[in-house]
Amino acid sequence: MATEAILTEVAPKLKSSLKTKLRAEGIDMVFTRDSNKIQVLQQIDLEVGEGEFVCLLGPSGCGKSTLLNVLAGFISPTAGQVRIDNEPVCGPDPRRIFVFQERGVFPWLTVEGNISFGLFRLLPEERNQRIARYVKLVGLQGFEKAYPQELSGGMKQRLEVARALAVNPDMLFLDEPFGALDSITRLVMRRELLRIWEAERKTIIFVTHDIDEAVQLADRVVVMSARPARIQGIVDIDIAHPRDISSSRYLKLRDGIFKQIGMAHKV
Amino acid sequence: MNSLRQPGKWEKYFWPVLAAGTFLALWYLSVKWSGTKIFPSPPEVGRAAVELVRKGLLFRYVLDSLRRVAVGYGGAAVLGIPIGLLLGWYPEWAFVVNPVIQMLRPISPIAWIPVAIVLFGVGDLAAIYLIFLAAFFPIVVAAINGVRNVPSMYRRAGRNFGLSPMQLITRVVFLAALPQIILGLRIALGVAWLVVVAAEMIAVDSGLGYLVIDSRNSGKRYDLVVAAMFLIGLTGLVLDAGFRRIETFRSVRWGFRNAS
Repeated sequence: MATEAILTEVAPKLKSSLKTKLRAEGIDMVFTRDSNKIQVLQQIDLEVGEGEFVCLLGPSGCGKSTLLNVLAGFISPTAGQVRIDNEPVCGPDPRRIFVFQERGVFPWLTVEGNISFGLFRLLPEERNQRIARYVKLVGLQGFEKAYPQELSGGMKQRLEVARALAVNPDMLFLDEPFGALDSITRLVMRRELLRIWEAERKTIIFVTHDIDEAVQLADRVVVMSARPARIQGIVDIDIAHPRDISSSRYLKLRDGIFKQIGMAHKV
Repeated sequence: MNSLRQPGKWEKYFWPVLAAGTFLALWYLSVKWSGTKIFPSPPEVGRAAVELVRKGLLFRYVLDSLRRVAVGYGGAAVLGIPIGLLLGWYPEWAFVVNPVIQMLRPISPIAWIPVAIVLFGVGDLAAIYLIFLAAFFPIVVAAINGVRNVPSMYRRAGRNFGLSPMQLITRVVFLAALPQIILGLRIALGVAWLVVVAAEMIAVDSGLGYLVIDSRNSGKRYDLVVAAMFLIGLTGLVLDAGFRRIETFRSVRWGFRNAS
């Protein structure tokens, strides 16, 4: 079948033109709760290239967020190792910023205060330049002095992205960042994120349970199984941006992933 | 009347003033009808208050009470907030001292009066010590709980941006816990004000609590007693109203319900 052909032609290897940014090898994660051992991640091997946009896709609760937390250094795996720029990851690092759902912005700081949160090592002049630049990049001009509670969900999410980008990281980890937004705002935010990614060329790892979101955004989609999460397949999305989401190639790739996850594409 | 109707501006003042007026009228009539010779009526209390002003005692006593609260309560805040932050941050320390805190906390500061007198003698310091004790525990407990309720997301974001543990406490944890700390400070201020009056009845010779007990002891001046009570209530009201303004500051307003 055609859909299967798409998946088999995809190797979990990087394109040779890309430099390896992140390499995860043999990641196992076992949580112990009430003396029960729960295996969340099983033998994850993943390689991400510099400047690549990778989506981790899987059903809710499969452990993809856990994997993202391991990659970002917030939890250390039971087995295996993550290396970024060939250095082992042993904790969070300002060169790689984790973006939560919009709830991660600090409510006690203004828009400016949030964006400059990570800039405490810079001189005031440079800090102000950065603030102005990222306020503009995410389109929050006029709201510099506003507090998060005065912003909409989409604006808060853009603020969190701006706060992350302001420290000039080389990687972003996004954990279902648009999950709490309404569907129209979500579409706008995807376009914004792609625009920012094209402007700044960060390496992005993006967790989602939304197949369309993954196919619209990613260079490669890493499809994960239900718990314990394993990598079921990796799909190359070989469509140039901006993507036509009614093109036959888009639909074919999307249907392939639906099939891979084991869902009939009918409601 | 419709519950969605916006109350008129005049109503905001009219009903509370009416309630206070009714209270005064009832008080006045009860005194008249019962024919008591001991309990003063509102006009007599008013005259007593004027007498206090003329003697120059009113402001001196209010300020003396406020000064004791400022020192005792200020000390409790300065010590209690950092201690609470640290205990909230290091749960293993909190685990060790928690039994002691939980045992000391329910002891009324009044019960400490003999201890205070043994430690500091009869005087200002004993009163201030009692206020300190009364305010210290609510502040510590509010700070501990405030820290514990900080969403882990904020701490992780702070660590992600490369903050040292000390910076994490001052720039993230403290600010995230601040609304709860402010709530604890407000409760503590109310308790401190209750206690200063009690403490002044025993340990000192000035202040509003002293005024109450002294007016009774020297000539059964119940008009002065009630005037002092009225001043205690009024000052407490002003302190609390002042504190509520802090809750509307923009950087903490997010933490209070009904905030807008």
